[in-house]
Amino acid sequence: MNEQLKKAAPWQRHWLAVVLIGVVLLAVPFVAALGGQAWVRIANFAILYIFLALGLNIVVGYAGLLDLGYVAFYAVGAYVYALLASPHFGLHLPFWVILPLGAAIACLFGMLLGAPTLKLRGDYLAIVTLGFGEIIRIFLNNLNAPINVTNGAQGITLIDPIRIGDFSFADTTTIFGLDISGPQKYYFLLVALAIMVIIVNIRLQNSRVGRAWQAIREDEVAAKACGINTRNIKLLAFAMGASFGGVAGGVFSAMQGFVSPESFSLMESITILAMVVLGGMGHIPGVILGAILLTALPEVLRYGIEPLQDALFGRMIIDPESLRMLIFGLSMVLVMRFRPAGLWPSPQRRRELAESAN
Amino acid sequence: MDTLLQQLINGLTLGAVYALVALGYTMVYGIIGLINFAHGEVVMIGTMVAFTVIVSLAGSGMPPLMILGIGLLISVVVCMALGWSLERVAYRPLRGAPRLTPLITAIGMSMVLQNVAMIIWGRNYITFPPMIEKHIFHIGGATFTNVQVAIVTLAALVMLGLIYLVHRTRLGMAMRATAQNPQVASLMGVDINRVIAMAFVIGSALGAVAGCMVGSYYEIAHYQMGFMLGLKAFTAAVLGGIGNLAGAMAGGILLGVIEALGAGYIGQLTGDFLGSHYQDIFAFIVLIVVLMFRPSGLFGERTGDRA
Repeated sequence: MNEQLKKAAPWQRHWLAVVLIGVVLLAVPFVAALGGQAWVRIANFAILYIFLALGLNIVVGYAGLLDLGYVAFYAVGAYVYALLASPHFGLHLPFWVILPLGAAIACLFGMLLGAPTLKLRGDYLAIVTLGFGEIIRIFLNNLNAPINVTNGAQGITLIDPIRIGDFSFADTTTIFGLDISGPQKYYFLLVALAIMVIIVNIRLQNSRVGRAWQAIREDEVAAKACGINTRNIKLLAFAMGASFGGVAGGVFSAMQGFVSPESFSLMESITILAMVVLGGMGHIPGVILGAILLTALPEVLRYGIEPLQDALFGRMIIDPESLRMLIFGLSMVLVMRFRPAGLWPSPQRRRELAESAN
Repeated sequence: MDTLLQQLINGLTLGAVYALVALGYTMVYGIIGLINFAHGEVVMIGTMVAFTVIVSLAGSGMPPLMILGIGLLISVVVCMALGWSLERVAYRPLRGAPRLTPLITAIGMSMVLQNVAMIIWGRNYITFPPMIEKHIFHIGGATFTNVQVAIVTLAALVMLGLIYLVHRTRLGMAMRATAQNPQVASLMGVDINRVIAMAFVIGSALGAVAGCMVGSYYEIAHYQMGFMLGLKAFTAAVLGGIGNLAGAMAGGILLGVIEALGAGYIGQLTGDFLGSHYQDIFAFIVLIVVLMFRPSGLFGERTGDRA
């Protein structure tokens, strides 16, 4: 019996924890709303970034391929949604057509980039993906002439929200006397998506493919010698990460109602990578923690620094915006200094590090 | 034809700057295998320091060339100190950490430096006071200025100096030994810590020189300028084969020329479908194409797969 319990899935063993997490997840948008809808939006972004970071985790954490252009796929998904559901082309396709289409197109881009470049060694791959991300961004920025496809730097506005029949995610609805605002609805949608990507990540981790990825990460030559088709398996990781990026982009478009190339800069790719590494590469709870921290920290600093300076000096001594980014950068440096494997590394990784230190 | 010559000249100037910055990346990478993302920011600080010195000396009545020289010197010294402290404070404690850890540190340092610069020099573009009177030379149908001549000459001299240092001095020998195999080098009595610190210091000095060049060429500076410049220079280093000094120089000049030619001809090539604002794309497309056929860059050695 005890044996059977051990074999049971984690959510059966830790049902109390699962219920607790469920309650917290339910409560977050309503607690956050007490501080204003802005905080609900921040919570939404935290979950969107969890989604993105877990998608990148497949590429970087599992397969060990350093991807510095991940935001390109996010951008592709976002623009697919924006172009097919906005007055820009006069198209208003429903989301259940566009989101899968966005994922598919992002996946295609992933394979287009991956196929010729995946034989490159670590850092060479990094710079190629980085270049690819920049190319996509530059095209988005300039494809407004001679044919106006992306509307250039102004971006695309008035994007349709996600809508199921008459139920739109943008308006406030009242259910059982409880007002649920647009951002709060998106929150629940995002949580559902995030749970999906978490399940995919967990299932992948110990699957045949997942173990092949880890083998490639540890030693590509040995993996190849064991009969793993390294090229296809790496391409699969790339394509899978890209499709997640595409879905996240679509949701981002719908949620914001506006996209512009500015949202898809290299800094964005780097931030997502930092979430993965800072949290604990390849370890799902760590990556989630990293995503939440890196989304929340700048916002907390944004709301904290001005009043703090005001209270301490009575005026703004240092530009709050730059002080905020300064602290953000500094905390990244400090975390890496004192926890080189990330804030919450997987137990296996921690063991390996301890061994190599001895 | 006129465009060709003109763009070649412009590309060579730009390429000289890229090459100097690329050397900073490649030296550090060759020795410890780290992409020092903060290097672009060191270059930016170099430009800013030179700017401050030049502006504050501008009214002193010293000859303009001397002011420029002092600006260059001080900015080189400041950047050397900065490079040394970066290595000492941020990277040295992380030796032996997982591969991506120092990369994130580098990105964090780059944000720190950018924002420190913004606090000191403000968020607006600052204009460099023109210290040298500009002469314009004509050759064929193209023009170039004495500033461009100075940039290319100085870059060539600095690079020759570096080649001498790496191939003819004890420090250079220690560097090459460390790049090949740090453990064995340290057994042979090479002070690894010192060599790595020197790679940062020398790279930063080259970066400061490049920063002053960018400042006097474009006569403009901004706290975010280091980012794209660093990115291009890093691309150049990879193009040439990262870790390889000659590769970085060749890659830098090649990249500058390709970019300038690309910007000059893209309209004609695509029937005016794509304009010159696609300039930045060229660097990356060339990079992807080159790496497809030569996965270790143009001059990179074929290395075995390393985890």
